[in-house]
Amino acid sequence: MRNGHQARQPRDTQFERPALEAALAHTWRTPPGLWGALTTVDHKIIGRRYIFTAFVFLALGGVLAALMRLQLAQPEARVIGPDRYNQIFTMHGANMMFLFAVPVMEAVAVYLVPLMVGTRNIAFPRLNAFSYWIYLAGGLLLWIAFAIDMGPDVGWFAYVPLSGPQYAAGKRADIWAQMITFTEVSALAVAVELVVTIFKQRAPGMSLDRMPLFVWSMLVTSFLIIMAMPAIMVASTSLILDRLVGTHFFNPAEGGDVLLWQHLFWFFGHPEVYIIFLPAVGMVSTMLPTFARRPVFGYLGLVMALIATGILAFGLWVHHMFVTGLPRLGESFFTASSMAIAIPAGIQIFCWLATLWDGRPVYRTPLLFVIGFIFTFTLGGMTGVMVASVPFDTQVHDTYFVVAHFHYVLIGGAVFPLLGAIYYWFPKITGRMMSETAGKWAFWLIFIGFNLTFFPMHILGLQGMPRRVYTYQPDLPWHGLNLFVSLSAVILVAGFVVFFIDAIRAPRRGMPAGDNPWNAATLEWATSSPPPPYNFARIPVVGGSNPLWEQPDTLAVASGLRTDRREVVVTTLTTARPEARESSPRNSIWPLLAAIATTIMLIWSIFSPWAVVWGSIPVAIALIGWFWPKGTPEDEA
Amino acid sequence: MKERVANDLSDLPMHGLHTASVTWWGTLAFMLIEGTGFALALAVYLYLMSIAPTWPLDAMKPDLLPGTLVTLLLIASVVPNMLVSRWAEHRDLRKVQIGMVVMSILGIAPLIVRIFEFPALKINWDTNAYGSVLWLLLGLHTAHIITDLVDTLVLGALMFTRHGDNPRRYGDVQDNAMYWNFVVLAWLPIYGLIYWIPRL
Repeated sequence: MRNGHQARQPRDTQFERPALEAALAHTWRTPPGLWGALTTVDHKIIGRRYIFTAFVFLALGGVLAALMRLQLAQPEARVIGPDRYNQIFTMHGANMMFLFAVPVMEAVAVYLVPLMVGTRNIAFPRLNAFSYWIYLAGGLLLWIAFAIDMGPDVGWFAYVPLSGPQYAAGKRADIWAQMITFTEVSALAVAVELVVTIFKQRAPGMSLDRMPLFVWSMLVTSFLIIMAMPAIMVASTSLILDRLVGTHFFNPAEGGDVLLWQHLFWFFGHPEVYIIFLPAVGMVSTMLPTFARRPVFGYLGLVMALIATGILAFGLWVHHMFVTGLPRLGESFFTASSMAIAIPAGIQIFCWLATLWDGRPVYRTPLLFVIGFIFTFTLGGMTGVMVASVPFDTQVHDTYFVVAHFHYVLIGGAVFPLLGAIYYWFPKITGRMMSETAGKWAFWLIFIGFNLTFFPMHILGLQGMPRRVYTYQPDLPWHGLNLFVSLSAVILVAGFVVFFIDAIRAPRRGMPAGDNPWNAATLEWATSSPPPPYNFARIPVVGGSNPLWEQPDTLAVASGLRTDRREVVVTTLTTARPEARESSPRNSIWPLLAAIATTIMLIWSIFSPWAVVWGSIPVAIALIGWFWPKGTPEDEA
Repeated sequence: MKERVANDLSDLPMHGLHTASVTWWGTLAFMLIEGTGFALALAVYLYLMSIAPTWPLDAMKPDLLPGTLVTLLLIASVVPNMLVSRWAEHRDLRKVQIGMVVMSILGIAPLIVRIFEFPALKINWDTNAYGSVLWLLLGLHTAHIITDLVDTLVLGALMFTRHGDNPRRYGDVQDNAMYWNFVVLAWLPIYGLIYWIPRL
């Protein structure tokens, strides 16, 4: 019976190349039109959507930053009032951290990791679709609330008691807290997908020590997300409970504690920095060899540095709380660990420099952003070592020095590599190149504009200018530098405008890219640009860390997969020996329905605790519809 | 790019079991997320205790009976749970069906006792921070039981349909059993904290 059954199962071995591609395209396709768009589980379509949405939020957050610079350009300005200003700086921070930085890194990974490890879709593709809808709903919640003057005004960290029931009447703080739930659910979902994709769906032969460094960085990042984000969910849930049903977690009068909030927040908040930074590091380590024309120097050291950073990231959170009066010994420990994390960062920087030094660098736009990153991030890292010291931090805490420091780390350390990565992987995603001329303009405008905007903030901070003030008096000595900063921001904005125009123009007008325009070494370049719905007609078989350099003409592949059902190869955790031909779920509307039901429940629960009871019923129904077998070939085993 | 077939995968099974199953790893990852959440909730309890002048804070000690009963029920449920997992391993449909019914009942039983457990805490969530954290811990774990119970009910119903007799379903049953063990295991430190720390 088994043989007869198998004879009816079409295999890729039975087809010549064009027929094989047609059969796979039929099985893996996303139908055109609205229904296809709402039901798709293709990681490339969802990844593209994620990246696009995150960049929309970047642009919106940038507009808020520009408004703040307009207000601060001169003393006693009247552009924005104090209440709106509070909302704007809160929105800027919350938007950039929760709606841009973390999602965009995961988005790039959603698109690239399955291609880089040589599989056909991400693990749990329906969860992936769900995570995008939930992310979108969280973003809309925050921005619609802002548009109707309900935007949170308590800082991106929402410290109690300011955000508690006593000082934050209305629903503004709840909007912040529930936006957290949305974005963390989506981030956690993607983290699980990535861990499982990286652990179990790597191409045969891609042992752990042959994984591209971006994949390594996303593995470590995903574990950071899994371990850190529950902290902020516990925190924001307790805050909502304090505000809605009168619990006393953060109320000192009834045995609660305001510092408990800070501990929970920063136990998440500090790893958060590395959740943003490590993917960027992975992008740099993956792009650099392509442009240096040699394999990366110190692969093992770079992997160890990623893991060490990931572990140390959990031992730093108290350095955000140096001025709260914690015991001295505790502070010393956190000073030591904050300085220690500079060691893996240093190892990486020297490995990158060595790769460049020993290579034959080709100075294309992505490499410019990488070099801009190394320069800028090193400056931010050095002020980081400075603020790790308690006496120094006590002086500059809550001043513009800290604003300068973290923008150097976050923009220099994450946005520069990200922009380089967009230039680098854009041809893979769209099939066309972005403009090299526009790219160089964008880089120099952004690089110069950034440094002119943010470097003077160090000095403003040392001169005592506090953060989060909506204006300052003319007799204070901050006027000249503030005007300079605001004017410099115009250069920075111009750079981003050039970038956005190029990114909008290039998908139609750019030069056709071909499969591997940079002559790079990793597997995503082994397939067409943009890749077909099934990614690879035959799954690659890997024999080294730089597969396309090691086998430049002929790619080793595996055969024997079915073409009538969505099939991926499951391999062992360490050596990637094939274990099974596992099925991958088909398109489905249920993730969207589950996301809508979840959204209703979460927003409703800002107003009534009963929402959790009644709202979870549609969620359960949607999940049952999602998982109930449909009798497709994917359900066979 | 030209291709050279280096590996034939036709003979591989069409579904991975245990560590070859992606859902097994997914379940593990979600257990790690929830485990971290529980660990943090326990940390909140200990933190609030460390700053309180007395513990329990202005309240009587919680009643031992309902909580202990839940604990015993949960521990007892591990035995049939392991049996269901073993029957699923052997793909014994009839026994798995019976086992899922038993496990559904053993999921409902602690929930019934739990109705009495909340008043046995002897404090409300809005009385003080001690009450808040007690309700948080018990609420979290109740949500945990309910989630797995719904999963067990749906999967149990599925085992009685034409989709039941499928290696993929048996794998689901095993993952569900693993998750129930986690629900039981996660309860033990919570039980210790709620009922025994105040008695130290």
